Amino acid sequence: MRTVCFYFQVHQPYRLKPYRFFDIGEDHYYWNDFLNRNVIQKVAQKCYLPMNSLLLELIQRYDGRFKVAFSISGTFLDQMEAYAPDVLESFQRLVATGHVELLNETYSHSLAALKSKDEFFSLVHTHQERIKELFNGYRPKVFRNTELIYSDEIGAMVAELGYQGMLTEGAKHILGWKSPNYVYSNAKNPNLKVLLKNFRLSDDIAFRFGDKTWGDFPLTTDKFVNWLNALPKEEPVVNLFMDYETFGEHQWAETGIFDFMRHLPEAIFTQSNFTFSTPSEVVASLSPVSNIHVPTPISWADEERDLTAWLGNDMQDEAFDRLYELEKKIRKIKDPELLRDWGYLQTSDHFYYICTKFFSDGSVHEYFSPYDTPYDAFINYMNVLSDFILRVEAASSK
Amino acid sequence: MKALMFGWEFPPHISGGLGTACYGLIQGMNIHKQEVIFVVPKLWGDEEPVADFVNASGVTIDYRERRFKKLWKNLTYLEVNSFLVPYLGPKAFKKFTDYAIHDRTDVDESIFSTNYQFSGKYGKNLMEEVSRYALVGAQIARDRSDFDIIHAHDWLAYPAGIAAKEISGKPLVVHVHATEYDRSGESVNFPVFEIERAGMHAADHVIAVSQLTKNICVRKYGIPPDKVTVLHNAVLDASIITSSYQKKVPEKIVTFLGRITYQKGPEYFVEAAKKVIDRDPNVRFVMAGSGDLLNKMVDRVAELRMGTKFHFTGFLKGDDVDHMYAISDVYVMPSVSEPFGIAPLEAVRHNTPVIISKQSGVAEVLHNAIKIDFWDVDAMADAIFGLLHYQGIARMFTELGADELKKLKWEHVAAKLVTVYEKILAQRA
Repeated sequence: MRTVCFYFQVHQPYRLKPYRFFDIGEDHYYWNDFLNRNVIQKVAQKCYLPMNSLLLELIQRYDGRFKVAFSISGTFLDQMEAYAPDVLESFQRLVATGHVELLNETYSHSLAALKSKDEFFSLVHTHQERIKELFNGYRPKVFRNTELIYSDEIGAMVAELGYQGMLTEGAKHILGWKSPNYVYSNAKNPNLKVLLKNFRLSDDIAFRFGDKTWGDFPLTTDKFVNWLNALPKEEPVVNLFMDYETFGEHQWAETGIFDFMRHLPEAIFTQSNFTFSTPSEVVASLSPVSNIHVPTPISWADEERDLTAWLGNDMQDEAFDRLYELEKKIRKIKDPELLRDWGYLQTSDHFYYICTKFFSDGSVHEYFSPYDTPYDAFINYMNVLSDFILRVEAASSK
Repeated sequence: MKALMFGWEFPPHISGGLGTACYGLIQGMNIHKQEVIFVVPKLWGDEEPVADFVNASGVTIDYRERRFKKLWKNLTYLEVNSFLVPYLGPKAFKKFTDYAIHDRTDVDESIFSTNYQFSGKYGKNLMEEVSRYALVGAQIARDRSDFDIIHAHDWLAYPAGIAAKEISGKPLVVHVHATEYDRSGESVNFPVFEIERAGMHAADHVIAVSQLTKNICVRKYGIPPDKVTVLHNAVLDASIITSSYQKKVPEKIVTFLGRITYQKGPEYFVEAAKKVIDRDPNVRFVMAGSGDLLNKMVDRVAELRMGTKFHFTGFLKGDDVDHMYAISDVYVMPSVSEPFGIAPLEAVRHNTPVIISKQSGVAEVLHNAIKIDFWDVDAMADAIFGLLHYQGIARMFTELGADELKKLKWEHVAAKLVTVYEKILAQRA
């Protein structure tokens, strides 16, 4: 069997409102409701609704032979419930077909795996509960960590939680001569299978599809199937992992991205011997060729495929450390509102906005940031965090 | 006696302290029944009618006047050669220099016969505006004879003052509110320095806003000490402001409020903050303002790992400024070079004890304040800690500071200025 495995990431953060120094100690509501609602509703029109309906159509047309997987962050679930219930319903319809798999992740799209096992487990648990609640008792079997961040250690934690498989980036610097198109196993706990993103073919769709300066523009389904067929015959799985917003938002409808997806299954079924599988099917049917060593964490971001989009400059490290040093106190307090804010403040996007890697990937960062500069992002985040700290202190001295 | 004054800005349309100082001075002159003709590049129409205002944008230059052409020749030289203009980014700078290089021959007669619309700002055509402003100065000096003395405020208006003197033959006073050395340290913008030097040398007398500034005039610009009189600035309103605005955080607040630029010494404030926070976690530091060193300061605060105790507000205006003073327990002005510095007096009005650098003119008039060298971050940290913890000294400063403030009246400054005028005119007679 040779198979294509689609996984789409669905996430939006709770963006902070402009929070001034004068607000510290007085205003305890941090979120930019207007902007957040606008983004969800805008992207719903451009991406979530049309793409969900296209996927439903394809699943029905091929009677379940076409299938995909989603990982939907908790911050997205919450906002979808509040601002776009029709989008939530359309996801529920997709899952109800039985041919759409859901993955687990940390509830608030957090970087906790890098800092605290307790917090990581707690956020995964919250996500499990929320998925169960919204999707009719659904229980994911495969895990994806925020930004596909993975290391031997993180993999071992995920195995400890009972997952059979985990997704990550097929980063060149960890693969070397090896191919991402096999199943590997975690270096510490071989029970956990690791699926690696084929970043060339994934990014052909996610990043290059509408790029007129790209040598292979325009990308047609014929061309894409030829590339699949050209892969060595013994390689069993091609993992196409990407942001769901690729469809209609990063690549506008005008680029033809929806038409490409509409016709891709047909082209694959008729012109190749590939099938479609979900991550749990891949994990169940293929055995690992070897284990994969990832001593330092990798991710799917930027050219470096490391953590430097979120951590590493002084401002990011300061924000990150000040946030996580609250963990012990937060756990003792058990206040639902504080816990919610604590989760939302952990969302990786806040740290992404403070990234200063202007020169290579800065333009991508800029596109996703509501701030003019990373300095503005830091100042605003720290003002909010300062107020949050005051609330935690007050609650823990009660 | 009537003075013909050249300024660059006037309340309510101001971007710095210059306009406010001119306003205060004119108020003082009015108390002594001294008349002032005040010229600004652009009048907005909502200025308080405290002087006989002349809008430079409305003055038509008489191109038949031969003497103007000679003046213009010298000014064109200035315009074309001053590629360095303050407040420009690299892009704007390139645009400006391109313009200057390509259009150096565009100095035609048309400028003599039309009005020139001044922006009155500090933008990319600053040098062009400064030289056009000089022509306006010449024209006004030719049209009017109802003044006894010319008084130019800061370098932007010096060429106008010089031109007016050349045309009218009346004595010129230049008023040094700041010098290029204060703004840029040793890396001075040469064309600006040149204008300042020319203005001070052409003047019959120089007025400096502090002894500190006088020393710079003498040492850096080569002006004889007896040609310079120190007239400290004053405050428009010395009343104590009691605000009902309440602080919302439990910690004490130490504030820096001003432009975040080299001149204001923000980095010393950051370093001192670290020393204080290490000893006393119950303090928050606030850097209010904006400027080219802001990002560098944010980086340094993060590097020192005090991001949850050191806050940035961005540029504050209106009520926010008052609120900031009102909730501050200590105000620090660590300026590297401050000709005067009115902000600490505002802090005193809010009953906030102040720490000021010895390198500020205000240190010469405000006695109930802690004075430190701007570079001495240990002394600054000690002073902050002391004012926060030893209430006696803080109380004393606020009580006595308020009394001192009452003595700083523009009325007194104006009286001294009249004496200076009289002396100059007497020397002439």
